[in-house]
Amino acid sequence: MRGFIAVMLFFGGQLALAGSPVHEYQLDNGLKLIVKEDHRAPVMVTQVWYKVGASYEPDGITGISHVLEHMMFKGTETHPPGEFSRIISENGGSENAFTSQDYTTYFQTMEKSRLPISFELEADRMRRLQLQDEEFQKEINVVMEERRLRTEDKPTALTHEQFQATAYTASSYRSPVIGWMDDLENMNLADLQDWYRRWYAPNNATVVVVGDVDPNEVLALAKKYFGPLKPESIRPPKPRTEPPQLGKRSVVVQVPAEVPYTIMGYKVPVLRTAAEDWEPYALEVLAGVLDGGNSARLTTELVRGSRIVTSAGAGYDLYSRQADLFLLDATPAAEHTVAEAQQALFAQVKRLQEEPVSKEELDRIKSQVVASDVFEQDSIFYQGMKIGQLETVGLDWGLADEYVERINAVTPAQLQAVARKYLVEKTLTVAVLDPLPMESGRKPQAAASGGGHGH
Amino acid sequence: MGINPSTPVLRMILQGLLLAVSLITATAHAAPAVQHWLTEKGARVYFVPLTSLPMVDINITFAAGSARDGEHAGAANMTSTLLDKGAAGLGANEIARRIESLGAEMSAGSARDMAWAELRTLSDAAHLEPALAILADVVGRPDFNQQDFERERARTVVGIRRSEQSPGTVAGNEIFLATYGDHPYAPRPTGTIEDVESISLDTVKAFYKRYYVARNATIGIVGDLDRKQATQLAEQLTAGLAAGERAAKLPPVSVPEAATLKRVAHPSTQSHVRMAAPGMHRGDPDYFPLYVGNHTLGGSGLVSRLSKEVREKRGLSYSVSSYLSPMEQDGPYLFSLQTRNDQVDEALDVMRDTLGTFVKKGPTADELVASKKNITGGYALRIDSNAKILSHLVMIGFYDMPLDYMATFPAKVDAVTREQIMDAFKRRVFPDRMQTVIVGGPAAD
Repeated sequence: MRGFIAVMLFFGGQLALAGSPVHEYQLDNGLKLIVKEDHRAPVMVTQVWYKVGASYEPDGITGISHVLEHMMFKGTETHPPGEFSRIISENGGSENAFTSQDYTTYFQTMEKSRLPISFELEADRMRRLQLQDEEFQKEINVVMEERRLRTEDKPTALTHEQFQATAYTASSYRSPVIGWMDDLENMNLADLQDWYRRWYAPNNATVVVVGDVDPNEVLALAKKYFGPLKPESIRPPKPRTEPPQLGKRSVVVQVPAEVPYTIMGYKVPVLRTAAEDWEPYALEVLAGVLDGGNSARLTTELVRGSRIVTSAGAGYDLYSRQADLFLLDATPAAEHTVAEAQQALFAQVKRLQEEPVSKEELDRIKSQVVASDVFEQDSIFYQGMKIGQLETVGLDWGLADEYVERINAVTPAQLQAVARKYLVEKTLTVAVLDPLPMESGRKPQAAASGGGHGH
Repeated sequence: MGINPSTPVLRMILQGLLLAVSLITATAHAAPAVQHWLTEKGARVYFVPLTSLPMVDINITFAAGSARDGEHAGAANMTSTLLDKGAAGLGANEIARRIESLGAEMSAGSARDMAWAELRTLSDAAHLEPALAILADVVGRPDFNQQDFERERARTVVGIRRSEQSPGTVAGNEIFLATYGDHPYAPRPTGTIEDVESISLDTVKAFYKRYYVARNATIGIVGDLDRKQATQLAEQLTAGLAAGERAAKLPPVSVPEAATLKRVAHPSTQSHVRMAAPGMHRGDPDYFPLYVGNHTLGGSGLVSRLSKEVREKRGLSYSVSSYLSPMEQDGPYLFSLQTRNDQVDEALDVMRDTLGTFVKKGPTADELVASKKNITGGYALRIDSNAKILSHLVMIGFYDMPLDYMATFPAKVDAVTREQIMDAFKRRVFPDRMQTVIVGGPAAD
């Protein structure tokens, strides 16, 4: 994380990121501005990225970054509640915001001439939010409804939440982004005021603009609207480094459900934490060998081959801010158990450790990466997302440029090496969704197939 | 970033568990000129050349959705599912291996009106030609092996069973049953578990033979090609298809005479409310007044009236909306919200009152101006990528919309008056004839 740096002048560099040039500037108050030109259509997206998210939160106020995201639409000293959305809407804009473990992001996609409107409103709420208790009391209920919708009533989401909480001891990735219900119930306006003051400042934000824009004009507008904002003395979050895991962990989630499910994860480094910077790319390719499409091993061998599962996946995010997990998940087929599905996944891991990945499989993954580098340019939003995410987790956004090259450099020996080093039982966490009956007279799926369902 | 996991849960996890302030709703400039012609066998082709990126998007859509299932509910879905699981002697693994070795993306899917197959590939011949050949095999020469059929049928059953865990999905299925009665739009597109278990491979083959034919196909092509290349592409894509006949029109929909309310118990902390009536169809003479009116009422996200009443003023629901889904026949006018079990009646009352008031009084002059500004001012956003233009082409072709649909859309929105909206809502939307379904909480009795 970067602290407060007094930068005398902005600098403007031009680097090539997948096609169009990218321009990077920094204002005197520390605000970073990154502009990527895409002149295919007369539109643009503004994204404001704050270096704050669920992984910054101490216990007791989990979910506060996300609640604050909601409150950012609830009025400033100059604009009453609801006016932000009304103005964007009347200008033909599409807007929203999102919170993750590592960042909080606000965006407006609009016709290109509307950029000043977006900048004015975003600059206004960066420092002049007016947190009102009446609005908070309503909005916290909306967030609790959101938690019910996304987590409480979704057996697989509950399983994932319990899985994360089991896998981590000290790391702040332990808590859900939306927060524990009890923390939401006990949150108050003062908590939000503190959180807002602490993180919402130009020197803790990156503004990304992608679209049919002139970088010099964007810079002039940024100076006009964001330039006057005062920086804050940012105290970076404590590292909260996860201590070494000393043995396998497991958790069972018993809730009403129809279909069992399992998710497992191994502790692995990411780009920010890896001692060897090729390792995260090797782990990324490993995930591709298992689950990079319908020709990857999990689908060809477990879904269509042995038919032990109806679906299975592998995943890894090399751009996380803190050390993360290499994930595997599966839904057993009707005549198979979760234990069998897990054994099938472990057998796949063992094979990665013992047998070099074939050239053909590697070539396939590399072709996919090269093509998707082109396909991604069809979305201005995604182009902005890539830049903002890297910058906000403390990586250089220019790393996205290296991605194809680094993936291409991964060798079969490196794949085997990371599989042996990291996919080990000692750092494994396993969660199982064990279905309870949905209602009396309605049986959850056991190992047997067929059977009745409701309605 | 370039390697995507296949399961929805992992995709969600890896995308960082993004929590948005609201469910993202759909929200285009000089609209692209659409070129149109028929292939030799009679498939309708819609083409927009775009040379800015070295890629091509291709979609072929058939009037082969679940509304064509007849006595075999789930047949359309199973047919679509099996297309890329074996074709021209290549197995599912080999099809996937060839497509993905080219870095291409291919998928197939179906809904109530339609079934489709789609391909995104780099546009140079070394990538496009082999990828196109596979797409042509998948739509024109599927194998329909018994073994693949049994496996996919079993997977579909597990998928249906899992969907029963979701109160929102259950509510979605129930509201179609309540709204459409005996009409082919009523059943869920997958069919029930019993439906799926009783489908035979012969049913699938017969369904394919009737509906996957050139005259029943619409082809959309967007990307870095010229007209000659696009013409050849469309011919190659339809080479394996019989000419056949276009599917007959579906029967018209009637609006239920009386309101009903059904409560379904579910072990959930929230109750999901769905309220609906048959709404409008593609090409409907009332399309624009209904569309613009609903934008104000519940189609504009956080600034809609429903959102203001249910969410902003009362904090009752995270997501509340009303949508008109124009289909071949009148698609649903669907109102949705979800709230804690003990306040569902209050939320439903607010939703009903908001609809009732809107039908009586229409939008205010300010609201109408605001809605028009949002739609017309944001039209460039709707056609700002190859993917979005392709989905417009499919819609234009499939529903026989005019070729200048994109170009004339903003002006038609702008011409709508408050009187037209009030008139259309009075004639077409009946608050006392809406069907309502509440899924969630313990059984009432």
